[in-house]
Amino acid sequence: MQMMYRDALRAALAEEMRRDPRVFVIGEEVGRYGGAYAVTKGLYDEFGAERLVDTPISEASVVGLGVGAAIAGLRPVVELMYVDFVGLAMDQISNQMAKWSYMSGGKVKVPMVLRTQGGTGRSAGAQHSQSLETWLAHVPGLRVVMPSNPADAKGLLKTAIRSDDPVVFIEHKALYAVKGEVPDGELLIPFGQAAVVRPGTGVTIISYSRMVSVAAEAAGALAKDGVDAEVIDLRTLNPLDMDAILTSVKKTRHAIVLNEAHRTAGFCSELASRITEEAFDILAAPVVRIAAKDVPVPATLLEKLSIPTVEEVVTAAKTLSQRRRS
Amino acid sequence: MTASQGTVLSAAERVSLLRMMMRIREFEDRVAESYLRGLTAGSMFHLSVGEEATAAGAGLAMETGDCFTTHHRGHGIFLARGADPGRMFAEVFGRKEGYCEGKGGSMHIADISLGHMGANAIVGANIPISLGGGFSMKYRKTGKLSVAFFGDGALNQGVLYECMNMAALWKLPLVFFVVNNQYGMGTRIDLASASLDFVKRAESFGVRGAQVDGMNVEAVAAACRELFSWSRAGNGPGFIIADAYRFYGHGRKDPSPYRNKAEEEEWKRRDPVETQKQRVASAGLLTEQGIKDMAAEVTKEMDDAAAWAAKQAEPGPADLYTHVFASQRAQ
Repeated sequence: MQMMYRDALRAALAEEMRRDPRVFVIGEEVGRYGGAYAVTKGLYDEFGAERLVDTPISEASVVGLGVGAAIAGLRPVVELMYVDFVGLAMDQISNQMAKWSYMSGGKVKVPMVLRTQGGTGRSAGAQHSQSLETWLAHVPGLRVVMPSNPADAKGLLKTAIRSDDPVVFIEHKALYAVKGEVPDGELLIPFGQAAVVRPGTGVTIISYSRMVSVAAEAAGALAKDGVDAEVIDLRTLNPLDMDAILTSVKKTRHAIVLNEAHRTAGFCSELASRITEEAFDILAAPVVRIAAKDVPVPATLLEKLSIPTVEEVVTAAKTLSQRRRS
Repeated sequence: MTASQGTVLSAAERVSLLRMMMRIREFEDRVAESYLRGLTAGSMFHLSVGEEATAAGAGLAMETGDCFTTHHRGHGIFLARGADPGRMFAEVFGRKEGYCEGKGGSMHIADISLGHMGANAIVGANIPISLGGGFSMKYRKTGKLSVAFFGDGALNQGVLYECMNMAALWKLPLVFFVVNNQYGMGTRIDLASASLDFVKRAESFGVRGAQVDGMNVEAVAAACRELFSWSRAGNGPGFIIADAYRFYGHGRKDPSPYRNKAEEEEWKRRDPVETQKQRVASAGLLTEQGIKDMAAEVTKEMDDAAAWAAKQAEPGPADLYTHVFASQRAQ
C-alpha cells in the first residue's frame, strides 16, 4: 500500500514492539508529543509510558542508557532528535555503543538502534541540517543505515531492531512526508544489499538517502539526452555492498558518487577511494564526487545552493560519459 | 546516614571480607610486579591497592543478578563479584583465555554472565551505562540492582548529574558508588571541586546519599547492604561516597610527587587489610596463625592463577576481526 516514510517507520516500530516485549523507544518528545517529526505519533496510546519513554534533554546519558539497557537484556530504540546532536553523545556512541562487543571479546553485546535524522530541506540552519554519517561510518563496530524511501525505511528499521549489533539509523527530514509503495505483510530488508533503482549502461550514479531521488531524476533527464545512467541506492553504509558497486562500475566504466554530506572527507570520498582501488583498470575516467559545498549549511534561501542539484548531476554525467581512456 | 559496623555482618562474612581484601591485594601486587618485569601485554594498569575495602564491602552487599560497571581502577570490584583471577591475569597478559580474549585488557574487562557490564576507561562514561542497567532491572521487574562504581575524578563529569536526575525521576534501582581516593590522577579533590559536600549534591537531585569510611570494610559492607536493599526495593537511587586512598600512584610507575609523604603515611596507617586482620583477631574469629594460613592460601591461589595465565595461548591474526560485530558478519 501507499505509505509515507514516517508512517512506514512507525509501522516498523509498532510491529516490532508487539512482537518483542524487550523493545522500547526512548528519547526526547517521543511519547506524549509523538516525536519531533511525528514518527512515534500514537504509539504512546498503545504502549504507554513504560515503553515510550520521554526523557529530559540529556543526550549523552540517554544514549548511554540505551547502551546499558541493551547490554542488560533489552532492545532499546533510542531517538536522537537531530543527527546534529551527536556531538553531545559522541562518547557514548563512539567509545561505548560501537566498542563493547569488541572490547569485551563478545562477553557483552549491544543490540541497540539509535534512530536519528539529518539533511537539509527545511532551512533549519547549520545546527539542524547536517549530514554527519561519515563521522559514524568511520567508527568500527557501528552499522549505519540510511533509507531513501518508505519501503526501505520500514524493512531496514525492522532488521535494525532485530540485529544484535548497534545500529545508527539515519532518516532524512525531507523524506518524512514522501509517499511510496510498501509491501503488505512482514518486511525485513537485509543489511548490506544495495538496490539498483534504475538499470543503465553508460554511467553509474551511487548514492543513498534523499540524494537517491536526485540521482533518479537526473537519470530520467539524462535518458532524454541519450545517456543511460544506472542508479544505485546503497541503503546501508555499513555493511557496504561493494559487490553491487563494482558490478555496476565494471559495466558502465564511469562512476559518480553523490551525497549530501560535505565534499571534504565525506562518505563519497571513501566510495571514490574504494572504487579506484578495486576497479581502476576498468574505469574510463576518474570517479566524480558530487557533494555539499564545504560551508556550514546556510539557513533560509542559501540552503539549496549548498547541496547537490539534479542539474549538477546531469551536467557531470554528460561530461563524464564522454570520457574514453585512450 | 552513618553505618554502625558489624551490626549486620555474620562472623563468617567478617572473615570473608578479610580474605577478599587479601586476594585483591595479592592480585594487584602481582599485576604490578608482572608489569615491572615486562610480562604484561598492555601498559595501562591502575591498581586499587589501598582501596580493597570499597570493593570487598560493596561486593558483599551485592546479589547474584545485580549488574555493575566500573571505572579504570576496577580489578578489585570484579574479583569481589566472583571473577576468576586466572582469567583476569590472562586478560592482563593479553591471552586468548582472558575475559575479553585479549581485546580489552586491564581497563575493559567485562562479563555479563557475572553481571559485569564493563570496566570503562572514559572517566564517568560507565555511569550512563549503569543507568541503562538500572532501567533494565526495573523494566524487566527483576527486583535487582545496578551499581556504577567510579572514582572522585568522575564527580565533576556532567553525565553523572544527568544520570542522577533520570534515576531519581524514574526511581531506578541504581546506586552511584564513589571510590574517593582523593586524587583524580594527580589533582587533589579540593583543587577540582568547589564544594566537597558530594552527598548534598546527590540529595539535591532526590538521590539518597551516604558517606562512609572507605578504609573500614565492615563499615562499607554495612552501609552498602542498607542502601542497596533500599534501592533494590524500588525506593529510588542511592549515592555512597567511600573515602579511601590509592597506595600506589595513578599508575604503578607514578611516584606521586604531587602528594605529601606525611599524608601517605597517615593513610597507610589505616591500611584496610591490616585493620581488618586486627578486627577479626580481636573478635576471636581467627587466630594469628589462622590469618597466616589464610595469607598462604591466597598467595598460592594467585601464584597458580598467574602461572596458569602465563601459559595460555596468545591471540593471532585470525582473532583480529572477530567480535567487531556480534553478528560476526564481515564488513
